[in-house]
Amino acid sequence: MKWGLIAAALLFLAAFVLVPAAAVVVEALRDGVALWWKAVSDADAWAAIRLTLLVAAIAVPLNAAFGVAAAWSLTRFRYPGRSVLLALIDLPFGVSPVISGMVTVLLFGAHGWFGPWLDSHGVKVVFAVPGIVLATVFVTFPFVARELIPFMEAQGTDEEEAAHVLGASGWQIFTRVTLPNVKWSLLYGVILCNARAMGEFGAVSVVSGHIRGMTNTLPLHVEILYNEYSFRAAFAVASLLFLLALVTLFAKKTLEWRQRTARREAARRSAR
Amino acid sequence: MSIEIRGLSKAFDDHPVLRDVSLDIPEGELVALLGPSGCGKTTLLRILAGLETADAGEVRHGGEEVSARSARERNVGLVFQHYALFRHMTVADNVGFALEARKAPRAEVTARVDELLHLVQLDGLRGRYPHQLSGGQRQRVALARALATSPRILLLDEPFGALDARVRQELRRWLRSLHDELHVTSIFVTHDQEEAFEVADRVVLMNAGRVEQVGSPAEVFENPASPFVMRFLGAVNVFLGHVDGGRAFVNELEFAAPSAPGRTAAHVYVRPHEIDLHRAALPGSFEARVVRVVVLGASARIELSAPGYAGALELELDARKTEALALVPGEVVHLSPRRVRVFPIAEGEPDSLTASRL
Repeated sequence: MKWGLIAAALLFLAAFVLVPAAAVVVEALRDGVALWWKAVSDADAWAAIRLTLLVAAIAVPLNAAFGVAAAWSLTRFRYPGRSVLLALIDLPFGVSPVISGMVTVLLFGAHGWFGPWLDSHGVKVVFAVPGIVLATVFVTFPFVARELIPFMEAQGTDEEEAAHVLGASGWQIFTRVTLPNVKWSLLYGVILCNARAMGEFGAVSVVSGHIRGMTNTLPLHVEILYNEYSFRAAFAVASLLFLLALVTLFAKKTLEWRQRTARREAARRSAR
Repeated sequence: MSIEIRGLSKAFDDHPVLRDVSLDIPEGELVALLGPSGCGKTTLLRILAGLETADAGEVRHGGEEVSARSARERNVGLVFQHYALFRHMTVADNVGFALEARKAPRAEVTARVDELLHLVQLDGLRGRYPHQLSGGQRQRVALARALATSPRILLLDEPFGALDARVRQELRRWLRSLHDELHVTSIFVTHDQEEAFEVADRVVLMNAGRVEQVGSPAEVFENPASPFVMRFLGAVNVFLGHVDGGRAFVNELEFAAPSAPGRTAAHVYVRPHEIDLHRAALPGSFEARVVRVVVLGASARIELSAPGYAGALELELDARKTEALALVPGEVVHLSPRRVRVFPIAEGEPDSLTASRL
């Protein structure tokens, strides 16, 4: 029974995770590293890589800041509307990314609420980089907050109150007590947020306009290559995203391991 | 610094926690706020520290109204029940935190930290982290941290609550001797009568958001001001009777009592160690049947039943005397209360103990 279940789980994992992952790598390298490099170093591919990094570099710090602020306000204060805010944070998890993209178009598109005004001031949002950033920020904003809220809830407010009574200012409390206490959780949230920001397809696809070398992120570039039957190039670029997944997984595991050993160390020492 | 509290009230979501509390604590005194959980003692402490704002009333530290000052500006030392040490800082950084927050020069901080760690007898541990310390050591670090800026008022919230019995015993004596050395006005919250009596100069008994009685441990124990105080401080036997003129009556028994107008129902309280046990009937005694004899080291507890007086009765006797008496369960004995306290029954008094102890 036990072995049957384990075998079933392994088989499922192999069929749906390992085989596709291996296929990506095999397909990408089928005609040798030289061709892989040619596909990856293509001008449009480079533009896509740069844009993806740029979007992540804006969206991730923004959401880290928002996540810390939201977690702080939700776990340190009691106010009316608190549960509504808590539910709103989960909204991007609940709706399809396509809808997130549509909302951006609705708000900032040529016929949207703010579109004409922005257009008259020479600001282009949809089918341009700002739209991609906005859509990505919306889709990825729960990650950091979701990671921090339960952690800060469990930690309680004692240490912050102690710092306050000891004469620390709000900023001193935040930088010297709160932030050092949540740093591992924060980093964990940032890693997950970054993985999603670089890999997001749906929302970005709606607002990007798919202009090669201009508004294509890596996932969109893969799709375009694939639709043009350039399978080799598509898999080569896809293998970059796969590499990102591996790096994320590795970083995530390292962090978990660090936290676990720190906790075990603490338990061992307090037992002595 | 002296503390004056005038007409303090506080409610959480329409649930009153403090009702019109007034209290005077002279400079240099060590006072215990004693009461059952939920009586408002911790809330009162947090208001004094500035972590909570009262709905009404005044708090004066050394004659100055401080209600408008934040916790940061009050320079009050506060020790939390669960220590609340900064977990990512060493012992030295914890103790020096208040000084660093005030941007004191490094040399001064180091010197003060050394001095404080010496005071709390943790000289060798300055580089340790909180999770590397025992509970008693953590509490002493918390105390050293609270004392860093030489506050004129020290507040302690159940300071020994999370420690085991032996360490608690040790720290109580140590806290008392530390206070005798520093003479800083101190208030500590506790629900443990023994702790309050052992450590404090004066005890403030709180119940359901009100101050029931203030006095030295001997005063509140010997002359409880209310049935709550009587019941909260140690075991007690309760008889239902009535008062008439200056006398209290329980069946055939008669005691002196505070005079009350006309005939009023009353509770007559007798402490287990203030009852005499006889083999034969005497004037002023009543019959009881032995249920169980429990020897507790130096003393023994005798559980009895006395139908018509109280369902279950408790008596405390010297263990040697108990042995000599050789009481057998089922045996009929005669009891005469040596000292009683009579409280006429007032209706509708808020009291967090009524249901559980009677």
